[in-house]
Amino acid sequence: MDRYVCQICGYIYDPAVGDPENSIEPGTKFEDLPDSWECPVCGAGKDDFEKE
Amino acid sequence: MKPVKIADGVYDVGVIDWNIRDFHGYTTELGTSYNSFLIIDEKIVLIDTVKKDFSDELIANIARIVDPKTIDFIISNHAEMDHSGSLTRVMHRIGEDKPILCSKMGLKNLQRHFSQKLNFKTVESGETLSIGKRTLTFLETRMLHWPDSMFTYLNEDKILFSSDAFGQHYAGCEQFDDQVDESLIMHAAKKYYANILLLFAPLILKLVEKVKEMGLEFNMICPDHGICWRKNPEKIIETYVQWSRQKPEKKAVIIYDTMWHSTRQMAEHIAQGISEAGIYVKPMKLRESNRSDIMTEVLDANAVLVGSPTLNNGLFPTVADFLTYMKGLRPKNKIGAAFGSYGWSGEATGLIFKALEDMQFQMLDSGLKIQYVPDIEGLEACRELGRKTGKKINAL
Repeated sequence: MDRYVCQICGYIYDPAVGDPENSIEPGTKFEDLPDSWECPVCGAGKDDFEKE
Repeated sequence: MKPVKIADGVYDVGVIDWNIRDFHGYTTELGTSYNSFLIIDEKIVLIDTVKKDFSDELIANIARIVDPKTIDFIISNHAEMDHSGSLTRVMHRIGEDKPILCSKMGLKNLQRHFSQKLNFKTVESGETLSIGKRTLTFLETRMLHWPDSMFTYLNEDKILFSSDAFGQHYAGCEQFDDQVDESLIMHAAKKYYANILLLFAPLILKLVEKVKEMGLEFNMICPDHGICWRKNPEKIIETYVQWSRQKPEKKAVIIYDTMWHSTRQMAEHIAQGISEAGIYVKPMKLRESNRSDIMTEVLDANAVLVGSPTLNNGLFPTVADFLTYMKGLRPKNKIGAAFGSYGWSGEATGLIFKALEDMQFQMLDSGLKIQYVPDIEGLEACRELGRKTGKKINAL
């Protein structure tokens, strides 16, 4: 599963880790994140992420 | 001196830091100020505070206008400690339970700064709040330059409180752009942009578009550092757009360090070659020029040439320092070249080449390295590299 990097702040979304703080279970692919999901560091939207 | 009335019922109650010369590595040769704005309406509002060491001065400035206890709430546009450091002290004076308005990310970040429970309340981007005869609108500006950053706009007076954006490290009794030398203040604004905001250039362009769509007009832009822009507030916005587009001028900067003057000679002969092509060039030796001043020159240069002697099979430490710093600021649309003198192994030139290539600089050649001391042919090769650089710039 691909990791995605926030182009705004550098945060890396790692599907193996998920984003538990925002109820995203480990194992969730970036593509499967809800459209409303935001970068947990800077609040950027999914559009601001690029594949690592 | 502060407090200064900037409009009817609006005051800058911030403080001047005349003596600061090193702002975590950024040289502040003109000092700075931490601006804090007090709005008196049916509600009394304080926008941002100041660095912790200046808490008492801030409270004394407020007290010259109103009893601090009468402040109804605080707006925190930015969680960084030069603007939030006095929060707890101020809350103690005005009432611990008074609300502190901030963005959603502001809440997260402010809570990480203060152990005591404060009454943070989040505001949405675009939300409007009446304070009596006047209204405030909040605008999130995430990553300009922290996740928590936001602007507060005083609608009726058309005043934008812009947090760190449009700021300059400048200490002075003057409050407005029309009271100071224009080139001095624009240089301070440029240095601030080059060292704090350059990496967020694409976001700045988006933000300016958004502000235009919102149809906001500005009588005054009040940043948290330096003077407020009132003579022509659009000018600093347009200048930010120009810097953010990163379409550099015909200009080259040569950044280097040297041990036995060989790399210095190389730098100066490259400069000569560039100048022969009619291009303005500035060689800057790292131990004499602070990295923040060099970045200010890099901002509008379209060629950046970096030279280092090889020390212990690697880069000279000041060059490694600068490359790390420049990489983080993500300059775009640059022509690059690497050079340096060496004794026996000569790794530095290749390391610079790779670093600049990784920053997506358009590299001129594989790097010019000269063993020990450059002879006449070596110096001619440097001039030729300079001419080649000049030619490339002229062809753009």
